[in-house]
Amino acid sequence: MFLPRVRDGLVNFLIERLASSLFSATHCGVDPKMKLELRGITKRFPGVVANDDVNLSISTGEVLALVGENGAGKSTLMNVLYGLYKADEGEILIDDSAVRFTSPADAISAGIGMVHQHFMLVPVFTVAENVVLGIEPTKRFGALDIDKARQLVREVSDRYNLDLDPDAIVEDLPVGVRQRVEIVKVLMRDAKIVVFDEPTAVLTPSEIIEFFSIVRTLIAAGKGVVFITHKLKEALTIADRINVLRRGKVAGAADPKTATEAQIAEMMVGRAVQLTVNKKPATPGDAVLNVQNLSVVDPDGRKVVDDISFVVHAGEIVGVAGVQGNGQTELVETLSGLRRLNSGQITLDGKDVTHSSPRDLHTSGMGHIPEDRQLQGLVTGMSITENLVLTRYHDGMFSDGVKMKWPKAKEIAKELVANYDIRTSDPEQLASTLSGGNQQKVIVARELSRDIRLVLAAQPTRGIDVGSIEYIHEQIVKERDSGTAVLIVSTELDEVMALSDRVLVMYRGKIVAELDPKKVSHMDVGLYMAGSRPTESAGAKS
Amino acid sequence: MNTELLVSAEQKKHARNVGFGYLGLAVITLAVFSRRPGDAGFKLTEGGTSLTLPAQQFAWIFGIVFVALAAAQLLRGFGKLSSVVLSLATAVFVLSFLSWATAGESFSLVGMLQDTVSRSVPITLGALGGILCERSGVINIAIEGMLLAGAFTGAVGASLTNLWLGTIIAMLTGVFLAWILAVFSIKYRVDQVIVGFAINFFALGITSFLSFRVLVPNPDYNSLVPVMPISVPLLSKIPFIGQIFFVQTIFVYFSFAAVAFLTWAMYRTRWGLRTRAAGEYPKAAGTLGVDVIKLRYRNLMIAGAVAGIGGAWWPIGTVGRFDQNITGGRGFIALAAVIFGRWHPVGAFSGAMVFALAEAVRLKIGNFDTGIPSEFLLMAPYLVTLVVVAGFVGASRAPKAAGQPYDEQ
Amino acid sequence: MKDLLKSLRYTLLALVASLLVGAIIIVITDVDALKSGDFGKAFSTVFNAYKSLFQGSFWGVRSISNTIAGTTPLLLSGLAVSIAFKGGLFNIGATGQMLAGGMTSLWVGFAFDGPGWLQVPLAVAAGAIGGAIFGGIAGLLKARTGAHEVITTIMLNSIASFLVLWLLKTTLFQREGRPDPISKPISEASRLPRLFGFLDGRVDLVAHAGFIVALLATLFYWWLLKRTTVGFELRATGLNSDAAKYAGMKTKSLMVIAMLFAGGFAGMAGATEVLGTYGYASTSLAGNIGFDAIAVALLGQSSPIGTLVSALLFGALQAGGRSMQANTDVPVDLIIVLRALIVMFVAAPLLVKAMFRVKSQVVSQGQTFRGWGG
Repeated sequence: MFLPRVRDGLVNFLIERLASSLFSATHCGVDPKMKLELRGITKRFPGVVANDDVNLSISTGEVLALVGENGAGKSTLMNVLYGLYKADEGEILIDDSAVRFTSPADAISAGIGMVHQHFMLVPVFTVAENVVLGIEPTKRFGALDIDKARQLVREVSDRYNLDLDPDAIVEDLPVGVRQRVEIVKVLMRDAKIVVFDEPTAVLTPSEIIEFFSIVRTLIAAGKGVVFITHKLKEALTIADRINVLRRGKVAGAADPKTATEAQIAEMMVGRAVQLTVNKKPATPGDAVLNVQNLSVVDPDGRKVVDDISFVVHAGEIVGVAGVQGNGQTELVETLSGLRRLNSGQITLDGKDVTHSSPRDLHTSGMGHIPEDRQLQGLVTGMSITENLVLTRYHDGMFSDGVKMKWPKAKEIAKELVANYDIRTSDPEQLASTLSGGNQQKVIVARELSRDIRLVLAAQPTRGIDVGSIEYIHEQIVKERDSGTAVLIVSTELDEVMALSDRVLVMYRGKIVAELDPKKVSHMDVGLYMAGSRPTESAGAKS
Repeated sequence: MNTELLVSAEQKKHARNVGFGYLGLAVITLAVFSRRPGDAGFKLTEGGTSLTLPAQQFAWIFGIVFVALAAAQLLRGFGKLSSVVLSLATAVFVLSFLSWATAGESFSLVGMLQDTVSRSVPITLGALGGILCERSGVINIAIEGMLLAGAFTGAVGASLTNLWLGTIIAMLTGVFLAWILAVFSIKYRVDQVIVGFAINFFALGITSFLSFRVLVPNPDYNSLVPVMPISVPLLSKIPFIGQIFFVQTIFVYFSFAAVAFLTWAMYRTRWGLRTRAAGEYPKAAGTLGVDVIKLRYRNLMIAGAVAGIGGAWWPIGTVGRFDQNITGGRGFIALAAVIFGRWHPVGAFSGAMVFALAEAVRLKIGNFDTGIPSEFLLMAPYLVTLVVVAGFVGASRAPKAAGQPYDEQ
Repeated sequence: MKDLLKSLRYTLLALVASLLVGAIIIVITDVDALKSGDFGKAFSTVFNAYKSLFQGSFWGVRSISNTIAGTTPLLLSGLAVSIAFKGGLFNIGATGQMLAGGMTSLWVGFAFDGPGWLQVPLAVAAGAIGGAIFGGIAGLLKARTGAHEVITTIMLNSIASFLVLWLLKTTLFQREGRPDPISKPISEASRLPRLFGFLDGRVDLVAHAGFIVALLATLFYWWLLKRTTVGFELRATGLNSDAAKYAGMKTKSLMVIAMLFAGGFAGMAGATEVLGTYGYASTSLAGNIGFDAIAVALLGQSSPIGTLVSALLFGALQAGGRSMQANTDVPVDLIIVLRALIVMFVAAPLLVKAMFRVKSQVVSQGQTFRGWGG
């Protein structure tokens, strides 16, 4: 009696499945159009107006680049769009009707997807688990249908040519692959507009090209792309339109077909910007830092630094270029005494410092600007004065072994604040009250004001405003001109190329190239960074 | 990349410590346990079947076995069987300890182990509550307070109404305290540890206060007949094991079920995935539309409910009354069990068993005439935990986001 | 200075709020009065209770003496928790460290027979050393193995109390002729002089010079944190151990140093109780002071002044509470509830304020616990 019903049900079920798969096969990615508009968005935080009456629009089928320097309000604006922040004024319109997003869930269901600058991936989960989080396929009783999840991941990644293994654990994956996971996450939720926040910060030039082709695939599939960046070259390359934000306000728009980098940079900062660093040619002296056959093995047994050797002379700037994750961090940790090496030798000014502690290295004449100023460089809960003596408090000038000589420290602090353009009203205030750029200046002041022979600078201008970047670059060049040896490790290729007298490229723990930045193109360096080599013909400067 | 994957330094150190551990067991067994002649009689069932072990010979044999284990561990390691070997070794060690202690006399092993399982209930349930919270990203120091408050309200509730209602009241008390923890730590961003400790103080103070002020003059508010053990049909007939695990009160069965359920839920359901995400990297979940705040609130309250029921074990499951500070720090032992079990329900359960065993043994210590001052034997579980935490757990894998308030805006 | 006044004001407000809640609790638990509908009686109970509370803490020499006597161990053990917090560690082991210090000072107290001016400092120092060793064990375990100090200090507390129980039954320590675990009395010369000894005949005024020791310890704590190199290093490590490492500080050693000092303070608490209050040791020497000490440190935000004020506050409440229990039938356990409420009320607004004032790194400012460190 009920068999026919079962049979009907079964048939309906099958037809439905067939139809939907046919649909997705034929409509391989051409989604309905959508126009998104942000009107009059204002967002205030205590002490600062992050977005001030901002207007912006994006439609499917185009790439909009949103440029501005660090702190201009780009990320805030996108977070408002994504429902993470609530705008104080203004509205969001989709296809000309106002919408309200109270949480990312709303934005997601409206068709907005976001790939954040710092990946939102749970390191201990697999790719599949990360991708389906929030839209998990389930069996009875809420049990996770992990097989379905795996299948979905494979489907989407195949459709867009983003090769992914659903069972790989995210923390084991290299950065470029993690980005693909983020993209699949977004596509799985039927995003129509995809926002990328500083997506190329962690990619090699060739990976960036790959990334651009993904963007083009998305456009061809009918999506819209917003591309937040502070890298003007890239904006000019990929965007159909460019909007510039400065200090929370819209500073202008540009047409990538006609605008120049200099023009956009001026809109970003409000004045003419030095895009290159002015420096005289270097006059290298004796070797100050001598690294020989250095190898570092991580707890899993892998060689993260693989038998490298190099020299840094007095009066020269050596830059180490490379994509994050190729051993640079470990190299810096080893050179600064925080990590034990497995083999090799390090000599500083003739003295063997292979097994020296950070303290010994400081007293032997090494200054260190660490990669992460808030986590490694400063104690933000302490005053500016205390931070300014953080690496020299044990010096006889500031301590007699038991007691600290605070009056002297305060005196020196006042001097340093004045000499190094640290914008603060009172050095007794906590370091947390300073902006990123000024915090970095504190570290620079602290290290460069000492009697040092070598400066080890890791990511010295990451995440700070243009004015501070210029200032710090100036200081580094000044230091070099006074005879100090400088070793810069940075993933920001422009910075390395602009500042260095010699460039070393690190790839998978090895130094794969030693180049003269004046004689080689960005693209070629990029190829080395990706582990390949430029062909004979591609030697010209771009 | 050079992927010559050797065993990490961490694992090597861990394995070496286990090897030394076996060596230590060997030394103790040979040096101490082998010294008493006589047979140890263990009563295995209520009926009177007993196991007689020649204590000295037993000790010699197992001392040698431990040396062998130590050598094997230090030289080769046991690979996947490591945990199994470790558990078996521990069981054997305990047996040899007990033989030594009761040599020449008779001892109800069954009774003691039954007692162990029963005593593990509040610690297990407290630990499960702790795991629920920590896995969601909130540190719960207030387990002690929840247990204590649950014990109090459970006692009064059951005295005034009936056992079921009393348990429910205890559960709701736990939920209430968990709600306070949630509101202060999630909404007002007060340091989770401060709130936890404040709740503990509060619970201790108010229950002692009320105990003195209300219960003493009104003893009928504080007397009830606790539940009786129930024999699970079939399973309780299994020799030895049956008596120990399947002739217990409903609280025990509930704790077994809770461990099993939580394990399944945490690792196999959608809820579990989101919970773990909230504990490891809440922003990942938040940016995908998961309401981390609501999830934490809910999980905390479930944890409170479980802990509340754990608290009810004292009046309703065993003694039939409430006494001041009846929990005596078990909430912190539960916390230790969480860490001991590496934030996994089954691990925490085994940790709870270890502590419960120590408690049960402590009672019988009086019957042992061992020549070692009883205080040192009483100290043993704490020393053992110290050694285990230092040597084997160390700075283990806590949920990364535990302790940090979730930043939404 | 402005911040100091502000936080004092908050503490006062928190105190008032807690007293209000406490009053409500007293009223609603007066079962007899409620049963007979006699609210007047309930309110008069509150009135009497609080009157006794205040009188018992501050009214008259006897009350002040009791307050001082109660404050002394709370202040010293509070410092033990505070200094650990400053170093980034959570010291739950003040009870065990106090017991250890109590035993070592006890031994000096009855084993030697020197003159007072030698015995007392020697015994106090011995107490500090005993406590320091005990604290140092936890610090060492954390530094060498990463074992979390919350677990290790809790375990060490139990270990300490069993050790004390055993020691008090050995012939070396046990009082002759007594079967119970109570120690030999210390020599007269070793006793800390009473503060009010100049008032003849007032044997009930138990406050002793241990208070002076506690005050000196607080001064030392301030000097250590603000003026010494080690203090600077400790503070840096507690606020940001990564940055401290990068700056060349030996953070592992500093952890141990923090716990050594912490144990030392708690050990002195044990010493002053043995040498001042009791004159001997028993198993109830430390009671449950470890948790009270945590409340003191949290309320005082681990600062020297804050710890002092909190200890005074709690000591006063304790003294008053006993009087309250004696004169009415409101049990002294209400004090525990009041303490909890005060801590909560103070912690909440402070942190909410901090959220808006300081930009980032609020977390490191306000938080005592930065996770299990895995």
